[in-house]
Amino acid sequence: MTTVLTAGLGLKPQHYDAALACPADGLWFEVHPENYMVAGGPRLAWLEAIRARHAISLHGVALSLAADAEPDAAHLQRLAALAQRIQPSLISEHLAWSTWRGTYHPDLLPFPRTAEVLARIADNVSRTQDALQRRIAIENPSHYLHMNGHDWDEIDFLTELARRTGCGLLLDVNNVYVSASNLGFAAEAYIDAFPGESIMEIHLAGHTPDPNLGAALLVDTHDAPVAPEVWALYARLIARIGARPTLIERDDNLPDFATLFAERQCAEAVLRTPLARAA
Amino acid sequence: MNTAMLSNLVPGALARFQDGFAEALLAPASKLVTTIPPEVAALAAQPGFAVYRNTVMKGCIDALQANYPAVARLVGDEWFRAAAAIHVREALPTEPTLLRYGAAFADFLARFEPAAELPYLPGVARLDRYWTEAHATPVQDALDPAMVARLAPEALAGAVLHPHPAARWAWFDYAPVYTIWSRNRAEAAPDGDIDWQPEGALLTRPRDAVAWIALDAAGCAFLDACAAGHTLSAAAQAALEAQADIGLSQLVSTLLGAGAFGRMSFSEHPQPMEEQP
Repeated sequence: MTTVLTAGLGLKPQHYDAALACPADGLWFEVHPENYMVAGGPRLAWLEAIRARHAISLHGVALSLAADAEPDAAHLQRLAALAQRIQPSLISEHLAWSTWRGTYHPDLLPFPRTAEVLARIADNVSRTQDALQRRIAIENPSHYLHMNGHDWDEIDFLTELARRTGCGLLLDVNNVYVSASNLGFAAEAYIDAFPGESIMEIHLAGHTPDPNLGAALLVDTHDAPVAPEVWALYARLIARIGARPTLIERDDNLPDFATLFAERQCAEAVLRTPLARAA
Repeated sequence: MNTAMLSNLVPGALARFQDGFAEALLAPASKLVTTIPPEVAALAAQPGFAVYRNTVMKGCIDALQANYPAVARLVGDEWFRAAAAIHVREALPTEPTLLRYGAAFADFLARFEPAAELPYLPGVARLDRYWTEAHATPVQDALDPAMVARLAPEALAGAVLHPHPAARWAWFDYAPVYTIWSRNRAEAAPDGDIDWQPEGALLTRPRDAVAWIALDAAGCAFLDACAAGHTLSAAAQAALEAQADIGLSQLVSTLLGAGAFGRMSFSEHPQPMEEQP
């Protein structure tokens, strides 16, 4: 039986019991697969228990698709094994790099969008999709740097990546808001231009102004509720493209499950609006 | 597509960018200009670059703090995070599963000068590490004590008890590491005086949760011998050499009860014994 995924939540170990018990229709959970790449034990057992009741999405942070190297073979093999075990509804990764020459940097690092890099990332996405035997979604990152070396606009770059590899896209609306604010472009225009037909998943999260620089530098911290401006962009997007699986991401300053679930219900409500159904 | 792109078809440009960027992430701010390529140094000079530097450091330090909770509780947040930041610069993660990050942290603490007045700290870190390892071991039933109890004395002497894959143990001859660790691993740690004496510990996971007991020198020697594949009689001999005044049957019964063993074989027939229905 396949369920239509509506609004989902990032799954945190602190919330395992509440997540397992939550009966909501269409509710799904997302995890970083790296946190479950263990030989066994209670962690995997919990994920399997939750998978028995809810759909799961694997949202990778470490394939390092934008590194000038093939994805680490052992890591890709572990991802494939976890996917085999969990049978996720979605698998996604980032337009970024993190592992480089054997060192893992726990962040999503930027790069100049050149033809060289596009060819490398397309090759890496294809290798990943071949190894997993499925289509994955690639997420737009948050930006903090003004970089001169870009030859491609980000939307064109992602569109061409999707065309070359057949991959889907994950649109993180908060990342658009943060990047637009930091780099000085119009978030609405980006949301309107993003290729809707490729969007397999949407992310919503909270951000925080830099403690020293304030609103001049917004940081994608995932430690706060989704901002009103991000909700507005989300409603605008859904009105244009229709309902898509939408995740509330929260990784830090974690509230209780009920609070997160209430935020999830807000996304669910947007997905149920007449505009979403008509799009 | 535009034609200016062609100028960027320089093989290796991305690799050079990533070499420089990765170095700038960890370099002290004062050294940024001198050691990395100018195009990356220009990025590193922007205020937004600090977001990447901070996120990478925070991710590594958070992982160490999550993996070494008893150490963190003993020394406090501020001390722990300052020490962890030094360790992170020496030993960045080599894989993205940060649940396993920090394998060298106990060794780092052992040679970290500010920790010299807390001689038990590396031992506490080692027990935190054992917890992490035990937690991620695949599920396996512990050896049923009844199977051992059924053996005739002559069969028992030749039996080899194999430690459970999750079992980890250590003897600390310099401090009550087990008591200090167990009091700081739990949420509500008991107070009270601690007898300053050598101690050992056994952690294992016979069922869902990691469990631990105190272990004397004889128990540690016994498990060392079992892990080396020695028979029960040889392991008993090792235990007596470590500590003459032990009750051997009590020791074996305690270890079996704690789920320290995963299976049993026999020295003449080294294949694992079948479960009886």
